[in-house]
Amino acid sequence: MSYLLDIFTIAAVSVGAFFFLAGTVGLLRFPDTLTRLHALTKADNLGLGLVVLGLLPRAQGPLEALKLVTVWLLVLLASGTVSQLIGRAARRGSLLE
Amino acid sequence: MTLASALEIFLAMLVLASAIWTITARGTFAAVVGFVTYGLLLTLVWMSLSSVDIALTEAAIGSGVTGILLLGATARLEVTEKCTAARSDTPLHVVAAIVCALVTIGLAAVVLALPVPAPTLAAAAVANMPAVGLGNPVAAVLLAYRALDTLLESAVLPLALIGVWSLASDQVWGGRPGFQQQLDREGLLVFLARLLTPFGLLTGIYIVWVGADAPGGKFQGGTILAAMWILTMMAGITDCPPIGRLWLRIVLITGPIVFLAIGLAGFVVPGTFLAYPAGLAKPLILIIEAALTPSIAASLGLLLAGPPERMPEG
Amino acid sequence: MSAATLFGWCGAALVGLGLYGLITHPHPLRKILAFNLIGSGVFLLFGVVARRGAAAGMGGDPVPQALVITGIVVAFSATALAIALLLRIFRQTGQATVSSESKHPPERSADS
Repeated sequence: MSYLLDIFTIAAVSVGAFFFLAGTVGLLRFPDTLTRLHALTKADNLGLGLVVLGLLPRAQGPLEALKLVTVWLLVLLASGTVSQLIGRAARRGSLLE
Repeated sequence: MTLASALEIFLAMLVLASAIWTITARGTFAAVVGFVTYGLLLTLVWMSLSSVDIALTEAAIGSGVTGILLLGATARLEVTEKCTAARSDTPLHVVAAIVCALVTIGLAAVVLALPVPAPTLAAAAVANMPAVGLGNPVAAVLLAYRALDTLLESAVLPLALIGVWSLASDQVWGGRPGFQQQLDREGLLVFLARLLTPFGLLTGIYIVWVGADAPGGKFQGGTILAAMWILTMMAGITDCPPIGRLWLRIVLITGPIVFLAIGLAGFVVPGTFLAYPAGLAKPLILIIEAALTPSIAASLGLLLAGPPERMPEG
Repeated sequence: MSAATLFGWCGAALVGLGLYGLITHPHPLRKILAFNLIGSGVFLLFGVVARRGAAAGMGGDPVPQALVITGIVVAFSATALAIALLLRIFRQTGQATVSSESKHPPERSADS
């Protein structure tokens, strides 16, 4: 049983890391700010969710699992807000270089 | 001594890469972004050196709050970017590079020359922890063994704040720092502030409380409280209080004064400055922490807000 | 090479890099950034000393760790004061430079 959980952890964290890589490739290759924001927010949050999902079997008890999920939710909140703010600033043309 | 794993070598290379980016980036904004990234990577380095308290402090103060300060300054100083572009002064660069390489090699040699049975105070620290009543050795060092350092550190914050305030023009002395942010009731920052602030307050107070027995402490928790205050100010929900208000100054001073008073009271019973009477160590430490946390949070928030820029009203 | 030595060399390189940035950049804000880099490099050296002092069931010597925490807070206070000074110089003279051969526009009468 724990063998299966280890396989699950490795698989989920690897797929999450791949999504992070995809987001970074998007950051480097997309032409302007709005498309880069799109790549970053979607891919990175999904990647983090998969990493958290993969780490859940290794948590010591339900409280720690809840903390991991809370981390993911907070990052969702922060990155969603920040991308909206950056997007609005980019539309207005008031971004710092 | 264990071999440095491939992960740690990779982490060290990432840290150096982000530091090189910070130094060699063309624009200041790019350099500041590189610096915040560098701070977060440094947090991972601290974790791999088994220093969780330092990792919390570096993430909160070293890269978080310092990053806010630097970004604000970069935005205000944007017009000076072209004027102070780097002159191509090659002899200076070459000499500086040689000097810095020598400094690096010297420090690297010092690291190799550190004494091999490494001297340590860990055993002494752990042995005396039951007398103090704390479970976190770093908290025991900060509040009991080297409480003098923490007393001076808690006095440095208000002193730096007085220095920042003294840079205001005469007319606006006693006024509010920064400019009034528009309150946009349907806006995004207001949404974030309303959602995050209660959670942030709870987390900050929890980190202060748990610092007695697990990694945490009042500086880390106080920074989170200050960050929540700054968030509400940025969203326009609250305005920064005028610096002339008495209650603000009392909040800033209470922490260091209580700490100093407990320290002077140490002359009475046990006989030395900052000595705790036997059995009373834990309650006194709790009193110090309870008094210091609002002072630290207020000082950090006001250091971020800067000198007053609006005329005092009334 | 152990983890402590690796990060000790990392800290040494950071001090060197920060010193280079401090000397060569003319803009004071970049100098403040480089100064923070030097500071964190020094703290990393302290952390290496703490790590090497691991004993009594702990991962590191707590005394250097407490010193580093104090250092980070004081470094932030110094940075805040330095940036306030820089912004004041900018408000006063319209330029952000500590060089003495810069051209000063006339001081605005609103500030004192």
